[in-house]
Amino acid sequence: MSDPVNSISEWLRTILSGWGLSEGLITVILAVLGVVILATIVLVVDIMLVWIERKMVARFQDRLGPNRVGPFGIIQPIADVIKLLIKEDILPDGADRFIFNIAPIFALATVLLLWAVVPFAPTIIGADINVAVLYIVAIGSIGTLAIIMAGWASNNKYALLGAFRTVALLIAYEVPMVIALLVPVLLARSMGMQTIVAAQSPWYIFVVPLAALILFVSSIAELGRTPFDISEAESEIVAGFHIEYTGMKFGLFYAGELLHALTVSALIATLFLGGWRGPFVDQVPILGPVYLFIKAFLVYYLIMWVRYSFPRIRIDQMLGFNWKFLTPLALFLLVVVAILDKAMVGVSQVQYVLVMLGANLLIVWGTVIILRTYARVERKRVGEERAVAIAPESDLADLVGQE
Amino acid sequence: MLNDWIFIGVFLILAPIFPAAALLIPRLIAPRKPNPLKTETYECGIETYGETRVQFKAQYYIFALVFLIFDIEVVFLYPWAVAFDQLPMFAVLEGVLFILILVAGLLYTWRKGVLEWA
Repeated sequence: MSDPVNSISEWLRTILSGWGLSEGLITVILAVLGVVILATIVLVVDIMLVWIERKMVARFQDRLGPNRVGPFGIIQPIADVIKLLIKEDILPDGADRFIFNIAPIFALATVLLLWAVVPFAPTIIGADINVAVLYIVAIGSIGTLAIIMAGWASNNKYALLGAFRTVALLIAYEVPMVIALLVPVLLARSMGMQTIVAAQSPWYIFVVPLAALILFVSSIAELGRTPFDISEAESEIVAGFHIEYTGMKFGLFYAGELLHALTVSALIATLFLGGWRGPFVDQVPILGPVYLFIKAFLVYYLIMWVRYSFPRIRIDQMLGFNWKFLTPLALFLLVVVAILDKAMVGVSQVQYVLVMLGANLLIVWGTVIILRTYARVERKRVGEERAVAIAPESDLADLVGQE
Repeated sequence: MLNDWIFIGVFLILAPIFPAAALLIPRLIAPRKPNPLKTETYECGIETYGETRVQFKAQYYIFALVFLIFDIEVVFLYPWAVAFDQLPMFAVLEGVLFILILVAGLLYTWRKGVLEWA
């Protein structure tokens, strides 16, 4: 049984060539159709994400969440979109008009572009390019550019601070993220998404769980979500980079952020949770997207759980956590995986997986021990008595006397 | 293969159009009545003071340098990972050595205090 997407595309191809169009033109027309359909589906899912996110955060905080517009408030995001569309769009004084306007477009477009390489089923994928992982890294960092552009163009000091913080944050967490992405590439011997998914028996999360964890943490940082949301920390710099944005432009940033979270979840699901793999997917390819979205929403749920459970950490702690902990850990893991993989040529798959898993757990255990020692030292250092400047007592008495 | 790149190319052209279309609709239906008070820079009600785009802490610059080194390193490692089957153990260890040299660099910057946020 063939999947519907490819049969429809073949059918269209026959019709178009019947009209006498050239082969190249047909390919372009089909690509345009594919892009429009893919982007539309993704954007519709994105609108629903607003509802999911609001409903979930409400549950985490013991509230009801949207429940007035439609059953369970499910039409709430549509109402939100209409509200955003008819809001006045304010261009602040001194803003760089051009960059101010294209920043939100960048923010959403780059996230949309990432979906080109997400495989939905054995035969359904936007573009099965052989450098897909590098493509993800490259396109993913353009999203950062959008935030910097927004912060710079707004002519607002809070926005600029948010943009600066984003730069420091994203250039830091890009490193462990890229190294963690390297591990599945190394195991599958390919950067193509379909090859990586096809190579996953068992799923890579059971082979290299630590790499999945590092990718998960650095992805949350890349998303700029709590506990790494210093770029829009409400209590410090109000809203950070999008403080001056109103109406639909703000809406695009919001939509882009939510969609980015789902995209990253889908990528983690593809790289570590087997993507479209599941029972009967070879016979019925259309089940692939179902499995992919179930897995992606599972990861998305975890991201939300982390977001609403942890407090924000300071920027120095965050950079320290990255450069002194996550990056060395990721590099160490990469070295161990590479050497073990080469040393185990010819062993059975069960042995291979068990040794890899054991090595991962061993690294985690060692890391926890090192962290515990460090925490003990740090507690001692913080607990020490330090010289504190206090106003002399007489001055205080004087002040009280004057009252 | 070429078809896939055509898809990416078409996507690159079309992707900005979706958000741009979403920005065009408010142009047509949203009110547009700017006045000096409304377009003032919002800083929690306080009037903005001085130049906004000021020079900023150079600490970010040093972090960016460290990042650059590691990013380039990883770009070199991707081909190494893809061609892993063809590599003998010696070449793998060579790659590991390459990583270790960069780890040494990281330790050096750490000792130099570059990684401190102060």
